[in-house]
Amino acid sequence: MAFDNSEPVLRGSSVKLLVAGGFGVGKTTMVGTISEIPPLRTEEVITEMSRGVDDLAGVESKTTTTVALDFGRITISPELVLYLFGTPGQDRFWFMWDELADGALGAVILADTRRLGSSFPAIDYFESRGVPFVIGVNCFDDGAVHEVEEVRDALDLDTWVPIVMCDVRDRASCKQVLVTLAEHALTMVTAGAR
Amino acid sequence: MSNDGTWFDDAAGPLVRPYAMTGGRTTSRQADLEIIALVVALGPVTRVQATSLDDELIQILRLVQKPASVAEISAGLRLPLSVTKILLGDLIDKQLVAFRSAVTPDIRVLQAVINGIRQL
Repeated sequence: MAFDNSEPVLRGSSVKLLVAGGFGVGKTTMVGTISEIPPLRTEEVITEMSRGVDDLAGVESKTTTTVALDFGRITISPELVLYLFGTPGQDRFWFMWDELADGALGAVILADTRRLGSSFPAIDYFESRGVPFVIGVNCFDDGAVHEVEEVRDALDLDTWVPIVMCDVRDRASCKQVLVTLAEHALTMVTAGAR
Repeated sequence: MSNDGTWFDDAAGPLVRPYAMTGGRTTSRQADLEIIALVVALGPVTRVQATSLDDELIQILRLVQKPASVAEISAGLRLPLSVTKILLGDLIDKQLVAFRSAVTPDIRVLQAVINGIRQL
């Protein structure tokens, strides 16, 4: 996308990753733990063309949904800023928002062992788009301790998908998840898998 | 309009719909302006601009005296991303801001990200 007018006033550029997963699994907490700024919120109005079964032939209806996003920022170097986008709430409509995944270096899918099923939509989405992802199993105090391979079986994940046990409130833990994601993305790029 | 006995409340939303600011436009010619594209003003806000440009454009120009992403501008102005992109398109057309698209996450970028996060 060689489309800019920035030379020579803007030296820096940007890249993004996504933090996805089910409702209440800690996405915004993770963004807040690792971001250098307090998380900001933005929103987009998504327009979906739908054609219901009872519509007159050829008649399409439009529905619009407002999708909120919480995001944070990490300055990687004077030349590179990393943005982290979390999809807050129980909102499922962000899946319609392809711009979010386009060009992302990858995604963290947070999972809660008490409700592993809530991560399936995100797994399906990123798998189908070929976006590298890792599973971050957020270990809540009262959650049962699971083995990585148990989680892998339960989520039906391929062996090469990294699974990291984490605590989204802990900065070192969040760093480990993000490094694992970037390394996984690097492996996929190096292997020409994208 | 009188402010007395108003029939609307916060739940009714803004009285000026966001797209009124964009002259009714719902899409931007700057279709490639991504959510994380960085934008910076090409100079300080001049007195002439402060009186001739719309308030929202002035607000953006003040916000991007240092580089900021489209998402940060949208959050700062409390406007939807699509509306923000249209307003930014106007500033680009007027040659008041520069912008830069996101980089492709290639080997070099990913290695920089890995090193950068490790050093946090």
